[in-house]
Amino acid sequence: MALLDVKDLSVRFDTPEGEIHAVNGVSFSLEKGETLGIVGESGSGKSQLNFALLGLLARNGRTTGQAMFDGKNLLSISERELNKIRANRIAMVFQDPMTSLNPYMRISDQMAEVIMLHKGLSKRAAIAESVAMLDAVKIPDAKNRVRLYPHEFSGGMRQRVMIAMSLLCHPEILIADEPTTALDVTVQAQIMELLSELQREFGMATILITHDLGVVAGFCERAIVMYGGRIMEEAPVDPLFETPTHPYTRGLLDAIPRVDEEQEALRAIPGNPPNMTGAPKGCPFAPRCGFADERCRIETPELLTFGEDRARACFRPIEEVAA
Amino acid sequence: MSRPLIEARDVRVTFDIRRPSDLPWTPPAQLHAVNGVSFSLEPGQTLGIVGESGCGKSTLARALIRMLPASGQVIWEDGTDLLTLSPRQMLKYRSQIQMIFQDPLASLNPRMTVGDIIAEPLRTHRPGMSSKERKEKVRSVMERVGLLPNQINRYPHEFSGGQCQRIGIARALVVEPKLLICDEPVSALDVSIQAQVIGLLEELRRDLGLTIIFIAHDLSVVKHLSDEVMVLYLGRMMEKACSDELFADPRHPYTQALLSAVPIPDPKIEKTKQVIPLEGDLPSPMAPPKGCVFRTRCPKTQAVCETVPEDRLRGDHHTACHLADQGVEA
Repeated sequence: MALLDVKDLSVRFDTPEGEIHAVNGVSFSLEKGETLGIVGESGSGKSQLNFALLGLLARNGRTTGQAMFDGKNLLSISERELNKIRANRIAMVFQDPMTSLNPYMRISDQMAEVIMLHKGLSKRAAIAESVAMLDAVKIPDAKNRVRLYPHEFSGGMRQRVMIAMSLLCHPEILIADEPTTALDVTVQAQIMELLSELQREFGMATILITHDLGVVAGFCERAIVMYGGRIMEEAPVDPLFETPTHPYTRGLLDAIPRVDEEQEALRAIPGNPPNMTGAPKGCPFAPRCGFADERCRIETPELLTFGEDRARACFRPIEEVAA
Repeated sequence: MSRPLIEARDVRVTFDIRRPSDLPWTPPAQLHAVNGVSFSLEPGQTLGIVGESGCGKSTLARALIRMLPASGQVIWEDGTDLLTLSPRQMLKYRSQIQMIFQDPLASLNPRMTVGDIIAEPLRTHRPGMSSKERKEKVRSVMERVGLLPNQINRYPHEFSGGQCQRIGIARALVVEPKLLICDEPVSALDVSIQAQVIGLLEELRRDLGLTIIFIAHDLSVVKHLSDEVMVLYLGRMMEKACSDELFADPRHPYTQALLSAVPIPDPKIEKTKQVIPLEGDLPSPMAPPKGCVFRTRCPKTQAVCETVPEDRLRGDHHTACHLADQGVEA
């Protein structure tokens, strides 16, 4: 049985401008110890999807569908029950390490708080545990630096603190939301390497949310490509990059400049990102898709599985898109 | 060889930093944000400047157009040193050098219409122009960058990020500059939109013969657009060479590490490639290491690195590294 099983999850926000359909009927599952990438551009719903799982949506957000974790539906259990799962069994690392740490608290206090709450340890033991975890994420001189405040760390070091904090309770699932987007490439390489190592060591399942297909290629076993709040394609990374079967995935791969090869011109995806206000109609990618016809604008293609372990949501035949 | 459009000689930007613990008579500490950078750029060429945050790439761009005080020389094609001009004399050159910025929405005045935003440089630099001519000019430049002329009365918030960047480009181009300085113009944009803006810049460069200084932290974008690339670290030039050569044969250990760290969207390559690890963080620019500034993180550092490396030249390939002659291979 899958560790996490999400079925038909939708997220809507009520705003003065109308209802925003941020996530529309997303289903996926996550196996034990698996690394899953969720890729998409801004507004694709990738972050809101994961916020919904942990009950972190803004107040005007509503969720429908179900997300089964250990026999419980995360979307309908009480706040109290959710608090026993959050940070303890499912932990999250956020994009911006500066704004996700409390600037008024020492690292030691912020980290100890987590273990004292979930594991009921004494403060002394909790701090000792925190130091051990800071060592594990390779913060030099952790014993002394645990006393510092967040602003005394560099961006990369702060992200290490965030990761250490999320791993304190040895979660079964780690959700990393754009963990390296605010960092420089050389630091990004360090952090991704660290995450890979920790993932192997602790054996937790990891969901990596990112806009960077390069990062997904290096870190994940399987990936989901989202656009306009829907899953466009799902596949293990090797076939996904080699033979993308959805026009959006293909367009995205063609639009990325590469350092490792010579390219003539980049093939941009024409048009603008979708407007998420109002009920969606048809395939969200249809207005920008080179393969779209009348049907794509009216009917919404379902996510259908094919082959052993792949799925796509597109009316056009695979041969036509992949050619 | 034709005459360079712009030539920077030993440009330095230094900030005085006062710390809270300083007494009023304590002399301020000095931060050398750009430390002796030189380059020359011929008409129609594109120079890419790359480096991580804090390397001084944006400061250098701002120094060139005198948004920041700098020392050294910046020679324009007519032989004038831009750094010695009075603000009034500088005005003449400002219309020939235009800039586009990283955050497309923040660089547009939210209370002005798109038409007014794009026309503003004309009001400053072409005061003789009639309002009818001005409107005509704005419409044509909007069309040029892929905006619809009927969007002229809209406000910036009504546009997406990519469209806002097009407005920024239109505003820069309306005075027909010779040099366009692009400071991280696509790093705030999504991949699919980023490719559109890169395509637009390439097209404009070809059609208008623009000379471009392109600043970015993303090496793949720089590789795509530049003829020549300069790598900065802590305000100093590490390496400079023509783009093909720099990416095929990086000679400075920092460039090699930087290149190896770029994620490649291909699982087969990405999962097997060797990343050259850089230890630790960027040193404080207030107290950069003595000698080669990169030596504290360099995987190949030796005793000789404690002295300042001079610029080594092979062909047109500049490398500021003691070990460059010994063929530092990755």
